[in-house]
Amino acid sequence: MFAIDSAARRRRSVLKLAAAVALGAAALPAAAQETIKIGLVTALSGQSARAGEAITRGLTVAIDELNAKGGVLNGRKFELVRRDDEATPAKGVIAARELIYKEKVAVLFGGLDSPVSIAIVPIVTEAKVPFMGPWAAGTPITHNGTNPNFVFRVSAVDEIVDRAILQYAQKTFNTKKPGLILVNNPWGESNEKGLRAALAAKGVAAAGIEKFEPNDVDVVPQLARLKEAGTDTLFLVGNVGPSAVVVKSLDRMGWKVPIVSHWGPAGGRFTELAGPSAKDVHFVQTYSFFGPQSPNGEKVLKMLMTKYPDYKGPGDITPAVGVANAYDAMHLVAAAIEKAGSTNGDAIRQGFYKIDAYDGLIKKYTKPFTPQNHDAINENDYVWTQFIDNQIVPVGMKK
Amino acid sequence: MLVLSALISGLGLGSMYGLLALGFYITYSVSSTVNFAQGSSMMLGAVFAYMLSVRAGFPLWAAAALALALCALYGVIVELIAVRPFARRGSNAWLMATVALGIIADNTVLFTFGKEPRGFPMPASLTGAEGAAIKLFGVGVSPLQLAIPAAGLVAAAALHLFSRRTRLGTALLAVVQNRDAARLMGINVTAAIAAAYAASTVFAGVAGILIAPLFNVHSDMGTLFGLKAFAVAILGGITSAWGVMLAGLLFGVVEALITALAGSAYTQILTFTLVIVALAAMPNGLFGRAAVKKV
Repeated sequence: MFAIDSAARRRRSVLKLAAAVALGAAALPAAAQETIKIGLVTALSGQSARAGEAITRGLTVAIDELNAKGGVLNGRKFELVRRDDEATPAKGVIAARELIYKEKVAVLFGGLDSPVSIAIVPIVTEAKVPFMGPWAAGTPITHNGTNPNFVFRVSAVDEIVDRAILQYAQKTFNTKKPGLILVNNPWGESNEKGLRAALAAKGVAAAGIEKFEPNDVDVVPQLARLKEAGTDTLFLVGNVGPSAVVVKSLDRMGWKVPIVSHWGPAGGRFTELAGPSAKDVHFVQTYSFFGPQSPNGEKVLKMLMTKYPDYKGPGDITPAVGVANAYDAMHLVAAAIEKAGSTNGDAIRQGFYKIDAYDGLIKKYTKPFTPQNHDAINENDYVWTQFIDNQIVPVGMKK
Repeated sequence: MLVLSALISGLGLGSMYGLLALGFYITYSVSSTVNFAQGSSMMLGAVFAYMLSVRAGFPLWAAAALALALCALYGVIVELIAVRPFARRGSNAWLMATVALGIIADNTVLFTFGKEPRGFPMPASLTGAEGAAIKLFGVGVSPLQLAIPAAGLVAAAALHLFSRRTRLGTALLAVVQNRDAARLMGINVTAAIAAAYAASTVFAGVAGILIAPLFNVHSDMGTLFGLKAFAVAILGGITSAWGVMLAGLLFGVVEALITALAGSAYTQILTFTLVIVALAAMPNGLFGRAAVKKV
């Protein structure tokens, strides 16, 4: 008796639940409620954890701002879904697949490791999901030979940075014989190509080109070779840890030489890792929160400091490039989705080309993307910086 | 000058390999087992010293001493849970168990110590920053860099004297020669093996503490070192303290010289090719003796 009664009651409650679900679904227009998922695959652990966190924060502030204004496509809000790639392509590929096929993200953001982004390109191309790079600068990420190309970027590009490195060195240090010291991975290779091309274009001969392993403890032998060859300026490409090892090795040799660097040092606590000579490294950035800010700069700075109490001033927002690039990139993604009129991947891809102008943090973008150009930032937008204490400041602004 | 600076770098790195490899030598001699995750022991030395000196505010010498004591404790734990249960059954599973324990140690550090590499603060006078590098035959060297080979050689010498001149050392040698006879003579074999593991980890810890200021401190800083050190131990013949230390120095110097003379593109390829060639030509290592099985 009791058993039958309970079974019947259970059946009734199941029916009730089903009815409620059916009613609910009918009553609410599904599209207006469904959030648009934005995926992020980046290093959230390891040496570059801080950089991954910076990208997250830039995206989060932009998403909060967009959602507060009512989202896109008549009230659809954005939601960020993050996965850690542990700075390895294998992990990144798995995470990208999961975000695309399981989480069904509308747009996928990448992190700072070029090898990871390069590995993800075929996956997004096949899935027809737009990929946005807010950091990784490897030239082949956007110049990937695919058609249609689903990969966009709001960040520095190696081959452009490489031209800028040479130009800055010649202007600032009157460089005649640069020596190249590059980390031995695909990112280092991408820059070797870019620097060789930049040097050839200006008719400058390198004193030498040396590689070092990301886990090397001592780079003195490589540096000694470059010194013997008559290097007057070092061009450095490496992540924050390896870059610090180069600076420490120079200290041990007692060799004082100007160092012009890609933006590796920005990825972590460079001053702590490299010691007092960290300040001698001049490196490229796309943005600095120091100095006079545009109205947009003031606004974003305020939003960041309200949202994240550990940001007490511009100096705490490191690495600034991660925050700034991700912030602008997210707004451009939102604009592309609005232009597309849906979250269909191919429509969003074409939506990017239809963006006319966006008044952003880094600059006022006009026609940021065309079918020929998937990179929104170029050498005119770069800032040269150095570490003073624990802060990245424009060169010469502080002593 | 190129060769000289490479030589100094190589001797420094080589003594690191040597110190780690001595750890392999000690436990292998006493128990025919090794802690394959010596790299993790080295990392722990650096991390403990960093935690104690930077976070807990101990003076440098106290932090180093305490860190080494913790390393010794870790060595005993490795032996207790990753080696003894398997070796007792005559199984070779300690091989995998020590690797597993090393991975656990690395990841525990990742979660507790943090994900970012940290710089080990050192007075500039020791690391050679701000013009404090010593000029040696016209080549800049940091004082710490000279301390490393010195520490390596002192460690090898101490080990040599300990095993030949002290009661405990002779006891250990007895265990090496015949475990059952040693036990019958009243030598505590279990304790001897545990002590060997403690010493092995302390050596790795010394290497970690010495390298930390020149490099940085992070959870996987020891991985590559551990691998190279194992190559060194095999190369040195794993049966003689001096042999292992010499093989370490040789490996470091050859590595640095190849980089300096042939360029960094060839370093790994040439170094490890040489290791294979050396082992093919001398199967017992450069300084090892063929084991004699007495029937």
